[in-house]
Amino acid sequence: MSALLGKLSWDALPYDPIVITTLCVVAIAACVIAFLVIKNNLLGVLWNDWLTSVDHKRLGVMYIVLAFVMLIRGFADAIMMRLQLALATNGDPGYLPPSHYDQIFTAHGVIMIIFMAMPFMIGLMNIVVPLQIGARDVAFPFLNNLSFWLAVSGAVLVNISLGLGEFAMTGWVAYPPLSGLEYSPGVGVDYYIWALQISGIGTTLTAVNFLVTVFKMRAPGMKLMDMPIFTWTCTWANILIAASFPILTAVLAMLTLDRYLDFHFFTNDGGGNSMMYINLFWAWGHPEVYILVLPAFGIFSEIVSTFTGKRLFGYKSMVWATASISILGFIVWLHHFFTMGSSANVNAFFGIMTMIIAVPTGVKLFNWLFTMYRGRLRVTVPVLWTLGFMVTFTIGGMTGVLLAVPGADYVLHNSLFLIAHFHNTIIGGAVFGYLAGFAFWFPKVMGFHLNVKLGKAAFWCWLVGFFLAFMPLYVLGFLGMTRRLNHTDNPDWNIWLYIAVVGAFVILAGIICQFLQLYVSFRDRKQNLDTTGDPWNGHTLEWATSSPPQFYNFAELPVVSDIDAFTDMKEKGTAYVRKESYAPIHMPKNTMAGIVIGGLITAFGFAMIWHIWWLAIVGLVGSIVTFVVRAYTKDVDYYVQPDEVARIENAHLDNVAKG
Amino acid sequence: MILLLTRILNKVALALMVGLLAGCQGGVLDPKGQVGIEEKQLIIVATLLMLLVVIPVIFMTLYFAWKYREGRDEIYEPKWSHSTKIETIVWSVPIIIVIVLAVITWKSTHALDPYKPLEHEKEHINVQVISMNWKWLFVYPDLGIASVNELRFPANVPVAFHISSEGTMNSFFIPQLGSQIYSMAGMVTKLHLIANEPGTFDGISANYSGAGFTGMKFKAIATETEADFDAWVEGVKAESIDGAINNGILDQASYEALAEFDLDAHHIEPTPVQYYNSIKSSIFMDNVMKFMKDHGKVELLEGTVFDSKMIHDNSSHGQMNHGEMNHSDMSHGESEHSSHDMNHSESEHSSHDMHTEAEK
Repeated sequence: MSALLGKLSWDALPYDPIVITTLCVVAIAACVIAFLVIKNNLLGVLWNDWLTSVDHKRLGVMYIVLAFVMLIRGFADAIMMRLQLALATNGDPGYLPPSHYDQIFTAHGVIMIIFMAMPFMIGLMNIVVPLQIGARDVAFPFLNNLSFWLAVSGAVLVNISLGLGEFAMTGWVAYPPLSGLEYSPGVGVDYYIWALQISGIGTTLTAVNFLVTVFKMRAPGMKLMDMPIFTWTCTWANILIAASFPILTAVLAMLTLDRYLDFHFFTNDGGGNSMMYINLFWAWGHPEVYILVLPAFGIFSEIVSTFTGKRLFGYKSMVWATASISILGFIVWLHHFFTMGSSANVNAFFGIMTMIIAVPTGVKLFNWLFTMYRGRLRVTVPVLWTLGFMVTFTIGGMTGVLLAVPGADYVLHNSLFLIAHFHNTIIGGAVFGYLAGFAFWFPKVMGFHLNVKLGKAAFWCWLVGFFLAFMPLYVLGFLGMTRRLNHTDNPDWNIWLYIAVVGAFVILAGIICQFLQLYVSFRDRKQNLDTTGDPWNGHTLEWATSSPPQFYNFAELPVVSDIDAFTDMKEKGTAYVRKESYAPIHMPKNTMAGIVIGGLITAFGFAMIWHIWWLAIVGLVGSIVTFVVRAYTKDVDYYVQPDEVARIENAHLDNVAKG
Repeated sequence: MILLLTRILNKVALALMVGLLAGCQGGVLDPKGQVGIEEKQLIIVATLLMLLVVIPVIFMTLYFAWKYREGRDEIYEPKWSHSTKIETIVWSVPIIIVIVLAVITWKSTHALDPYKPLEHEKEHINVQVISMNWKWLFVYPDLGIASVNELRFPANVPVAFHISSEGTMNSFFIPQLGSQIYSMAGMVTKLHLIANEPGTFDGISANYSGAGFTGMKFKAIATETEADFDAWVEGVKAESIDGAINNGILDQASYEALAEFDLDAHHIEPTPVQYYNSIKSSIFMDNVMKFMKDHGKVELLEGTVFDSKMIHDNSSHGQMNHGEMNHSDMSHGESEHSSHDMNHSESEHSSHDMHTEAEK
């Protein structure tokens, strides 16, 4: 081990042809993108308008780009796993050796949850929440930018592991002692630790930022119980993040100490106990699934009430249901390990607590149903996702409650039934929700509509693909197939494994439709512009802005007197009113501190993984110095002058008048 | 009312079971042991109960979406957003179902507690299970033999498992017999199972434990009669079983040889079945307790259940090979035992007896 390069050596380079091919494709794609950017002279635009931007809407878009990029990576892992299991039947070893396959299922879980679902959720929250509460930005715009770059930093580390060294071979939960130094001496678990640690801190900062935003920056007149339901669900998700992500930070720190400094928190010997890790991990891990799904519930609520042209049924019920899900979400973590040998009283308690969550969740479903009741439902792409969700998620909820019965869990735990269940809720709940939100808010953010045909095709492929891919896993769970098997040798299982791989390819078709839709919509954008800013006849304040919204969101802060604030304004005739004059608008300036800190922290994480101590010090000290320098910078804001505001506002109102 | 509902559901369940699930062979819906049978019934009852809400919700979703879609001149009430009557119903229906489920859960969790010895006219057989990378070691403390990746016991005789791990965490699971339980190093978990009929069942690890995890399988063989089982035991002792690897005595040295594994191997073959014709009687507890060696000393609290038991074990076996009694060994065991055993003092007797019997 050298002082200069730590554990890094030629051995770290990949030898697996699959990995080398992937890296070549990525390298070519990166070159093509870089070429296009430089050729079209977009480097300045990219840097000034995006990478250094503190505008919540642009950060939101970048989060979603990150989510899509990582979706490709995570889905490639998924398809490789399904292919392996479809090929490796009847004792055949398949094409992936355990060392590679084990990294793939670990990476799939980590990427899909931490680097696909979370950025997607946070991206939508970034775009929508400040607009919905009538604010001009978040409370701490620079911090928001920094959070984003910390998330990117984690994602970059995960992707570096593909080319240098290895990723963890522990499963995404990385239970010790398997993830301890004794059984995982390589750098894989270190990649896992630092990628999660860095992005996790970014997530915590996001939550703090948005909580302050929601509590302190609501438009005049907007009481908490007037907040749009999506904002409410995000707020509860943020409360959960603020309360649970520090647990993840702590448990990863302890695992780090175990691995780097010979501590014995979770080791078998020296007084360590892996049960502590498992408890702490799920004390974060269970709230995490509600962090993912609550905002999706909010999205469905907005979509149902918008496209039925109705007020949301039972707004208060919805808020309280969200609250009780959030609080109950904290006292159910033990249901992830009923089989660890707790007493019947303990298991029964946690099982029943888990079932109770089905009550507020059921209430939400009924409230969506009664929002549709006596409405005028326009069956658009976001509505299709919503209906698909309501059918799919109900099934996922049912299997979840079944798993919450300890007696049933004793035979279903860790089986493919469990895999089917959580994909049923995460895909059928969270991902369908994000994709619904994506289709719903896309015209708002980009200023043009998405292609409807391809949107519908994507939905149907996802829905059919989902059922084909995951219903067989329920059956396989009943047939006694456990998760994370590298190959199988049971003829009864084969047919179900084959159906599942077909399902995975149907989902692939859905993802391809999604990307095609983006391409076609961008190509035809001139014909599909949204000039009004209110393409769906929306209820809430984001629709009161132009599409895309003015960078300052609102020329004048709206005064709110109803839950459906914008509908209220439209009814009272106070929407689209031309003002004589405007006040100057106070706005934050762009900063490169976020991307610099992100880069330095990536270097720090990389250096820690490979034990390159000098670089770790440079990265850490450098990022702290950059942060302090930024903190003492006075030149962080400016005023938009009234005539510029008037010019922008009048242009928008002219557009609206033209229709 | 709940009882009646449960009974009705049970009857429906039984009828459905025969028809629907006849095709599912070899899994948890094809149980061959009492525990598994009860768990299967529980799964079916709980599912049917939930379908009472799930089916109407799915139906209403599709029906409402169809009925109130744009272009059909149904009643349109854009401002209607509250109805105390409906809200009461949508809160109370799920609450009632969850209450019923909660009662079922509470009862079944206690009835199916893996630590609870099965009520049976026959005495249970003790098996100590140790998961290793990547194989299963089964020690029969009362019979003085051990086997690797093959677990044999007579049908219709309850089996009491004491489970631990040599390293990583695994889950000891025979899907057709019922419950699984984690195996964890330095700790003992317990499980009670029975086979209601003879047969060979797949046994697996249900918790991923590294590169060789997939091959970490064993056969659980329930022999037709106890005599068959006894014959097997004698065969193992006499090393007279054809086609099996006979390893002689299972002592600390041969235990450690068995536990060896190659972390860097690219291809890991499943470990073949092996037998030990005799055992060091304390081999299981020795390897549970070894993780606490030489890491400081902790005074043992007097009067704990664990205290008297361990002292008894030690004095009767003289097995602790750490020279002076190192109490930190105990404290480890205590921390896990007391948490588990407070509620399981009745089963504690069995593990206690087990040691003294082995001594005889």
